Amino acid sequence: MLPCTGRIEEAIILQAFEGGADGVMVVGCLEGDCHYLSGNIRARARVQRVSDILESIGIGGDRVRMYNLSAGEGAKFAAYANEFSEHIDQLGPSIINQVRNTKAEQVTA
Amino acid sequence: MITGTPKPIDEILAMLEPYKRIVVAGCFGCVTVCRVGGEKEVQVLSSSLRLAREAKDNKLEIKEVCLERQCDPEYLEALRPYAEDYDAVLSIACGAGIQFVAEKFQKTPVLPGINTGFLGVTERQGEWAERCQGCGDCVLHLTGGICPVSRCAKSLFHGPCGGSAKGICEVSPDVACGWQLIIDRLKALNQLENYGKLIPYKGWSTSRDGGPRRIIREDMTL
Amino acid sequence: MKAGSNLEKVLAAGHFAVTAECGPPRGADAEIVRKKAAFVKGNVDACNVTDNQTSVVRMSSLAGCLLVKECGTEPLIQMVVRDRNRIALQSDLLGASAMGVKNLLCLSGDHQKFGEDPQAKNVFDIDSIQLIHMVKTMRDEGIFPSGKKLEGEPKFYIGCAVNPFADPYEIRVPRFKLKVDAGADFVQTQCIYNMAKFKQYMEDAKKMGLHDRVKILAGVTPLKSAGMAKFMKKFVAGMDIPDDVIKRIADEPKEKQAAKGIEMCVEQIQELKEIEGVAGVHVMAIEWEEKLGKIVGDAGLLPRPHVD
Repeated sequence: MLPCTGRIEEAIILQAFEGGADGVMVVGCLEGDCHYLSGNIRARARVQRVSDILESIGIGGDRVRMYNLSAGEGAKFAAYANEFSEHIDQLGPSIINQVRNTKAEQVTA
Repeated sequence: MITGTPKPIDEILAMLEPYKRIVVAGCFGCVTVCRVGGEKEVQVLSSSLRLAREAKDNKLEIKEVCLERQCDPEYLEALRPYAEDYDAVLSIACGAGIQFVAEKFQKTPVLPGINTGFLGVTERQGEWAERCQGCGDCVLHLTGGICPVSRCAKSLFHGPCGGSAKGICEVSPDVACGWQLIIDRLKALNQLENYGKLIPYKGWSTSRDGGPRRIIREDMTL
Repeated sequence: MKAGSNLEKVLAAGHFAVTAECGPPRGADAEIVRKKAAFVKGNVDACNVTDNQTSVVRMSSLAGCLLVKECGTEPLIQMVVRDRNRIALQSDLLGASAMGVKNLLCLSGDHQKFGEDPQAKNVFDIDSIQLIHMVKTMRDEGIFPSGKKLEGEPKFYIGCAVNPFADPYEIRVPRFKLKVDAGADFVQTQCIYNMAKFKQYMEDAKKMGLHDRVKILAGVTPLKSAGMAKFMKKFVAGMDIPDDVIKRIADEPKEKQAAKGIEMCVEQIQELKEIEGVAGVHVMAIEWEEKLGKIVGDAGLLPRPHVD
């Protein structure tokens, strides 16, 4: 349970990749509008650190992104979600999933 | 606290090449405070290593643990069930902790996950700076509470040298001249008379130069 | 006489002394030193030989001193505490003295970061002021710092350097006094361009009576060009070159800047001669040793005196 991006940890995002995610989209409140003052600013720094790690281990730093919007911006949320999901589709499965898929094929064959 | 920086992931991956099952061991002491070897860092490093290895189709199994301290024998016992069962221990404690783990578990290879830095302070979030070299013979009462050994790039006892300009050390624009700090503070304390005396040659035998050091407190031993 | 060096005798006799410096080569070619020594000969009372200045590896100062001596000029060995611990320092002092080097300049040395081996370990076992004290103890008491007796004391005329232009200014004269208290016999200053500030420094030093206790040689370096002046102002720590000095040389056409630099240097020496307490000049014609004769000559300081 993640009540807000202020609570996010690098480990949680990395666990999502271990769990099979090809991309992780972090959506927080608008900068300057955090109920806890700097929660979303910290989240941005953490997302950046995860991005650097993913880049350094060959998964690709661009598979995690942070977006900011307010709770009332449903349409914007949908647009961001579509944009990110298209972006990940373009990148294709992560190297982790490629390895896992190959193994699965080997088992079925 | 003892500070450190993470080793590059590639360097760690190269060390781990021969192993399939490892323990990543953090420490709740100094390295937790300086954000390099605590519980969170254990999680992040472990995830990163698992992902990196799986991407190469060479899975790595990791037991994640974080000890109260790696520099005390009692707390190392918490590692025993795993240390002897896994291929290797990757410790992200300071160099003292890493070595103590190695000493305790003779048959398990112990690898360093961080580069240990210095005895320092948190100047602001994400920024640590050296304050002490552990020379074993403190003179802070004479120098306004600012150490000439650790704060002057040349460890001068009668500074500042000719390379001090506008409070900055000749070594780098990011380094304050330790002696300028000393003079400023002595002035503020009205103790400038402390400056201007000849200080005898420092004995370095209480420092690292005397060989590996040991403290024996008879009053504390059992 | 503490050491009986020519420099000591010239100063003791009340002559306005002249020293210069030779930077040893970045290699083992002795001819380079001999060539520089030829420019110096007859123009100075003693010649400094630098010790891996700016932390760039060069032929050792001691070897350079011996070559300079061979060429007929009295050497002055510079010794920094950056590269040697007290064991090596004492040993080299004994060796230098045994080989007839009689003048010594005790320095901290630039940090190794400035050289080509920034990864080197530095030493700084003792600092330059403690080195002065160590040499004085060896010379005057005939003992090592450990208290053991020496088989022959190293007879050095002991010098130190001061930089009147580094910060904080308020500690500059007290630090000079520390060097005198430690046992310095003479001092060579950092290159002076800001004459007003130097005069103030001399006033402050005189208030403490330092000019009576040590011989003060004022450092000068002729500017080769406006470019050199700007570079030094910007990049050399503790260097104070006022804008009007830079403007004076920059106002000349390029081909005349070198001659202007020499003219300014000569004027400056003449001005320094008039300052009470200044006992000589230290002319650092960096990689421009061939101009030394002209500078010293134009300043009216030739021929150099012979003192027995």
